[in-house]
Amino acid sequence: MTDIQTPRRHDATLQDVDRRAFVKLAVAGGAASLVTACGWDGGRLLRPGLLDISRVNDWVGEKILFSPTRLAPTYSTAQRSAKLPSYFISTMTPMLDDPAAWRLRVDGLVAQPLELSLDDLMRLPRVSYTVKHHCVEGWSAIASWHGVPVAAIVERCRPLKAARHISFASFDAGYSNGWDLASALHPQTILAYGMNDNPLPAAHGAPLRLYSPTKLGYKLTKYLVSMTFTDTRPGGYWEDQGYPWFGGI
Amino acid sequence: MRRHHWIVRLTHWATVIVLAGLIASGLQIYEAYARFGNRGGPYFVSPFDGTQFPHWSRLGGWLAGALNWHFALAWPLVAFGLLYVGYLVRSGEWRALLFRPRDVRGALEMTKYYLHLRREHPPQGKHNPLQKLAYTGVIVLGALAVFTGFAVYKPTQLAWLTALFGGFQAARYWHFWIVWMFVAFTIMHVILVFVVDPASLRAMLTGWYRGRFPSHD
Repeated sequence: MTDIQTPRRHDATLQDVDRRAFVKLAVAGGAASLVTACGWDGGRLLRPGLLDISRVNDWVGEKILFSPTRLAPTYSTAQRSAKLPSYFISTMTPMLDDPAAWRLRVDGLVAQPLELSLDDLMRLPRVSYTVKHHCVEGWSAIASWHGVPVAAIVERCRPLKAARHISFASFDAGYSNGWDLASALHPQTILAYGMNDNPLPAAHGAPLRLYSPTKLGYKLTKYLVSMTFTDTRPGGYWEDQGYPWFGGI
Repeated sequence: MRRHHWIVRLTHWATVIVLAGLIASGLQIYEAYARFGNRGGPYFVSPFDGTQFPHWSRLGGWLAGALNWHFALAWPLVAFGLLYVGYLVRSGEWRALLFRPRDVRGALEMTKYYLHLRREHPPQGKHNPLQKLAYTGVIVLGALAVFTGFAVYKPTQLAWLTALFGGFQAARYWHFWIVWMFVAFTIMHVILVFVVDPASLRAMLTGWYRGRFPSHD
């Protein structure tokens, strides 16, 4: 087996590819099919390479396909889906012991760190829209959201020049997400305190969650407690386990 | 007789491997939401609703693993596809492969031959009109696989493309059905190679076609 898998003719040019080489290729293909049978994620040999390619795809998504001004399509409230599943990491719906004591902490590389209560946030500019939610699993659902644009927070905390990313953290079993600044500043990226014209339900991240129709659901941190501006790329709960970091759609 | 340029042979076999990986990782991705339509419905009609494909047919182990395989293999599919089409255009070989309106008549004659309504194998060039139809169709299918793939991958940034396919869930639906068209093509293709023209297999491997056509006689 090892013998067959090791190419013997390293000097072969493409024109020289002959029948034997193709038989080897076929054998390699057969071996690949066998690994396929094992539900292979690439193993120690290929998984790092696949993750590197995923970073390249992140770059394409962030630098080429993402537009800081293009708006996601919006829908009428009549088109709302009957159902929008809610995911969290904790075994039970995360809830605050003392909702009145809750504050959003804005810190890291900023000129003006902030501590904002829900009332403070509601006094800031408000955006509402009805958009399609896309889950990485392949499902989608239409819902309405309202809240304050992240750009309005950025305006008030004044990030330093070195700030390139934001780490959004939650009180849901340490769940967090790392974002690039451009996606966070998109006009449809909001800190939502309401859903379908009602206050944000506990299942969907009360009291405050990140929302944007330009990202997959797993990038939209629920149960927010802080946003920290950083110069290095922050990780995240699913991103660290192999899901694409950018998660833009 | 020299038959297939090395670019044709390389892209042919490379696509076999890449496509196998894309389909296998695609089936693993499908498992995470095995239906088509927004949550709560309505759903597109599909016989595969809720289907879990067998373990041996899936690649990636779990959703993230499968996504990383799928998005990594998508690049070589595009690259080999462009290399192949680029070669056809540059070499002029597209003339022997592209199905055009004037091939309709010949396609009907070939169909008669296969249905035993005609005894003589109709005269043909490098490929008969039905082959041209199949090979042209599979290129179109490849392009559609890529475009529906982008429509599912970036439904916000490429919203116009996603809308062109009828929306996000419809794009998923077409992306999925293209797989079965590829599978059907491949099954027919392999059967015809062995039944009608076994020498063509060697030609696709070595580049040389040996013997008289059809080689099973």
